Amino acid sequence: MTPVIHIFKREFSAYMVSPVAYIVISVFLIITGWFFFTPFFLQNQASLRNFFALLPLVFAFVVPAITMRLLSEEFSVGSYETLLTLPVTFIDVVLGKFLAATGFTAVMLAPTLLYPITVSVLGNLDWGPVLGGYIGALLLGAAFSAIGLLASSLTRNQIVAFIVGTAICFSLCLIDKMLFFLPQSLLGVFEYIGADFHFQNIAKGILDTRDILYFISVGFIGLYGANLAMQEKC
Amino acid sequence: MIHVENLTRYYDDFCAVDGIHLDIQKGEILGLLGPNGAGKTTTLRMLTGYLQPSAGQIRVKDFTIGADTIAIKKCIGYLPESAPLYHDMMVYDYLNYVADIRELKADRKLTRINELAQLCGLNTVMHKTIGELSKGFKQRVGLAHTLMNDPEILILDEPTSGLDPNQIVEIREIIRKIGREKTIILSTHILSEAEATCDRIAIIHQGKIVADGSTQAIKQSAGRERTIYITLESANIETVRAHLKPVAGISRIDKLDSSDPDHLAIKIFVQSDVDIRKDIYRIIRQADWILLEFRQETQTLEHIFRELTLEN
Repeated sequence: MTPVIHIFKREFSAYMVSPVAYIVISVFLIITGWFFFTPFFLQNQASLRNFFALLPLVFAFVVPAITMRLLSEEFSVGSYETLLTLPVTFIDVVLGKFLAATGFTAVMLAPTLLYPITVSVLGNLDWGPVLGGYIGALLLGAAFSAIGLLASSLTRNQIVAFIVGTAICFSLCLIDKMLFFLPQSLLGVFEYIGADFHFQNIAKGILDTRDILYFISVGFIGLYGANLAMQEKC
Repeated sequence: MIHVENLTRYYDDFCAVDGIHLDIQKGEILGLLGPNGAGKTTTLRMLTGYLQPSAGQIRVKDFTIGADTIAIKKCIGYLPESAPLYHDMMVYDYLNYVADIRELKADRKLTRINELAQLCGLNTVMHKTIGELSKGFKQRVGLAHTLMNDPEILILDEPTSGLDPNQIVEIREIIRKIGREKTIILSTHILSEAEATCDRIAIIHQGKIVADGSTQAIKQSAGRERTIYITLESANIETVRAHLKPVAGISRIDKLDSSDPDHLAIKIFVQSDVDIRKDIYRIIRQADWILLEFRQETQTLEHIFRELTLEN
């Protein structure tokens, strides 16, 4: 399993030295900061509910932008061949890259910790939902990273990887809201498929195993798919 | 060392490698020759475990591909064509990363990287980004990557393609230096390179091996045809033909175009093991011709290569 650590280290440092990563972080912070603080003072409520309500949609765009280069770039440069002729397995590669993307998502999220700190200075903040929200955000980031990695494993073109990843993540976020015309009984099923529903549960401060299991399942499907796509190439 | 049996690989319906048999001994330098698209790279990729064979077996030492792929990868160093490495990494960081994945001990790592920098001449570029390097340097970084864990088997896919003549000589030098104690398989379509560096040559055409052996053996098996070139003054082709008729072993005499109308250049095809140059010389001396040029050519690897790979 040690190759996982080395691949993770390489991918993570590749993120940290690339300018694209900082552009993505900046865009993320500007969007969330603007949409969170604009109505914040009007509502006059010391909570981060608006921030977490918005987060899945923002992640649906930002996380695939982070993951798009993971495998596509290797395919197009050809370094994939050098990588796979080192003594590593597909699982090592998938896990190393997945952990790097998830780690980078966590780094991107870290500056937003200033929001609850600011809010707690301004008013009486309930830390329970905030903690839940950040746990949920990490799970969501991990699940979307896995989907983004799957998208990246399908093509050598990073733009295609980004669009495919965004399309899947976006649908997962909005699937329950898009199908409002379905009968109530069916709606429950689709609600359960939707990432937003599970994320909002956790963001309320309720840590339910069903919600955690959902994110683990989505992550597993993404990673397994990426693994299959890589095996198909050889 | 390496035993390949009936190795076959299809890409969809296209058969890239078609039932190859190869046995490679320890310490041998094998050159895989063939025109573009002959299946050289596919064969090498299967040997390294990067591609799965559609059929057939590969045994490296006591391991088989499929069952012990990781063990095989550990004892093979592979350099893909044009050395595709991570462009955004510094040379030192990259070698460090490879050393980590190759499981070098922490105390051994730095000395090994220094050794390789010395061997491949990388000292001046250690702290440059790989993307900024020239092709020759990239190739050398690739070689260093390949040699990191001192593997017993080296597989190099067109190690000198796209390099300038000086760089080619440098890379060849390195290969020869490391080739003394290692088994090396390299693919190339530069024939002189194969002749210069390899103990043994296998020519691949349309996924099949059409010739296999030392350069000498291949030349012999391809027939003993030789050609003799003669340029004469004050002679004409008819009389020359008549005079040379009694010499046994001449299969044909052709007149070649000559820049000077007084000169007669001819090409004699010889199909005999006996050296007939003495007989020809005696005849020329008896006749009243002036001899300007007289040379013999044995069949070069180039001829054989073209004959074997052009027929279809």
